[in-house]
Amino acid sequence: MKTAVSKSGVSNPFNQVSKLGNTIINAFFLFYSLCCIVPLILIIMISISNEQDVLVHGYSLIPRSVDWAAYEMLMKDWVQLLRSYGVTVFVTVVGTVLSVIIMALYAYPLSREDFPQRKFFTFFMFFTMLFNGGLVPWYLVYTQMLDLKNNIWALILPLLVSAFFVLIIRTFFQTTIPQQVLESAKIDGAGEMRIFFQIVMPLSLPVLATAALFSTLNYWNDWYLSLVFISDDKTLSIQYLMYKTLLNIQYLANNSTAASAIAAAGGNVTYPNETARMAMAVIGIGPIVFAYPFFQKYFVKGLTVGAVKG
Amino acid sequence: MARAIAKNVRKFWVFYLMMLPGVVFLIVNNYIPMLGVLIAFKKVTYNIPLWETPWVGLQNFKYLFMTNDAWIITRNTLLYNTLFIVLNLFIPIAFAIMLNEMRNKFFSKVHQAIMFLPYFLSMVVVSYLVYGFLNETNGFINRTVLEGMGLEGVSWYFEREVWPFILPLVNTWKNVGYYAVIYFAAIMGFDEEYYEAATIDGASKWQQIKSITIPMLAPLMIIMTLLQIGRIFYSDFGLFFQVPRESGVLFPVTNVIDTYVYRTFLNLGDIGLSSAAGLYQSAVGFILVLLSNWIVRRIDKDKALF
Repeated sequence: MKTAVSKSGVSNPFNQVSKLGNTIINAFFLFYSLCCIVPLILIIMISISNEQDVLVHGYSLIPRSVDWAAYEMLMKDWVQLLRSYGVTVFVTVVGTVLSVIIMALYAYPLSREDFPQRKFFTFFMFFTMLFNGGLVPWYLVYTQMLDLKNNIWALILPLLVSAFFVLIIRTFFQTTIPQQVLESAKIDGAGEMRIFFQIVMPLSLPVLATAALFSTLNYWNDWYLSLVFISDDKTLSIQYLMYKTLLNIQYLANNSTAASAIAAAGGNVTYPNETARMAMAVIGIGPIVFAYPFFQKYFVKGLTVGAVKG
Repeated sequence: MARAIAKNVRKFWVFYLMMLPGVVFLIVNNYIPMLGVLIAFKKVTYNIPLWETPWVGLQNFKYLFMTNDAWIITRNTLLYNTLFIVLNLFIPIAFAIMLNEMRNKFFSKVHQAIMFLPYFLSMVVVSYLVYGFLNETNGFINRTVLEGMGLEGVSWYFEREVWPFILPLVNTWKNVGYYAVIYFAAIMGFDEEYYEAATIDGASKWQQIKSITIPMLAPLMIIMTLLQIGRIFYSDFGLFFQVPRESGVLFPVTNVIDTYVYRTFLNLGDIGLSSAAGLYQSAVGFILVLLSNWIVRRIDKDKALF
């Protein structure tokens, strides 16, 4: 059965869309791609504008004069920024590693047909996708039972296991690890742990990479856990910092050690609130947008394989 | 069950060990909170430990449904989600079909990559982007667009009528890439021979789309839609919480069940009301998931969740 393979070139010349149609389609997507990029450019441009220009003329796509004052101000307050970045990086790395390992460990027995409680444990995990206890009990478990308020682990634990991905990993194990490989390993006297770590895992890099990518994205973008569990300044994620900054224009000025130092010394400082806010956003978005071109391909691949098979 | 486990522990102890972290996680993160739905039937005050608080039956639910809020949040949740489901169906498919028809495959890939970017951004970032446009004093729309046309600026974050348009627009912008990629992958897998036969029979592009592409996409469309319907009582918390920047004036059009549960619990401290709303959402959501899955099973057994 032939399928429509996408060659980077021209497809079947007898069944192409008309030239006019193609022009319209290209024009449309050019427009839409701009729609996706322009908002980000606007934010960047605001952040390098002069604060007075912004207050007088509003946000514009082309800054009247390029002014790095916002970034200079933020760099003076580098302590909080660095802390939040540290928190986010730590949470993302530790969380992703733990998450992939725990999920793979859980998925493997589920993929083995000779495991008698297979159905039970599959259902045990799957049921959590259907019903949950709601915000209140979940919050109480983490704060009262586990006492994790203001603890960095409160930013890691809740996102460790995604039932959806466990299923995807399990399906991958089932369809891609040949029974013969497992059997010959057993004949050679290998224990289950060894089989798992030395045979199954190396063969499963594609699905593990996909799970890791989505897990990384999840952890990096999280602001909700900081919102719910963290009230001190030390353990805030960078996304949460951005959220606070957007909500309250005074947040940066109020929390600025640099500004208060100047004020205490008797100087007059007008904090570049508008532009600094946007600079904050750029600093928060930066890594994701940088990393995007590299990872986009793998995301799409993982997504489509999972959607088709899962 | 226990005896079966005991018998198998010797043989499969490694498996049990492997699953232990996951099981512990699920118990702590999911199952113990499930037991916690009982809180909705208690009257909880902070000075009494949880297990000693009195049972009050359906009192919390009575409070909840007596308020106008219960109706508003349910209406908002259902209307927005229905709109999202419709938009998430038609627009991505249109995009996927158009992408497939692009002559230059390289551009097709580039546009796909760019289209997918919004999905990567967190809702906080998105709320910044929206703010860049809708900020009352400095926003791009008020200052550059409207002023340029000689019109007065609008207090976007205080104007209720516009948000039923803004939120779906933002939601679509963020998710179109994701769904389009899925549908595009499906279209790529369609047998070329159908199209060749149609071309020989003299079918136009529109006819091909109408008679081949859409019908072949139908099963995927139905499943995607049904699965989303099963989640119709749950909202994207980030969208409704971050983008409107918590403007209280907008609550009648931006408050959904998820944000209501959050606000009554963590802002107002009303555990009873919040738990009742939470259980309401989980219970109805559960029934809907079962229902939608049952329907999906009737159509295509393989595609059902269970």
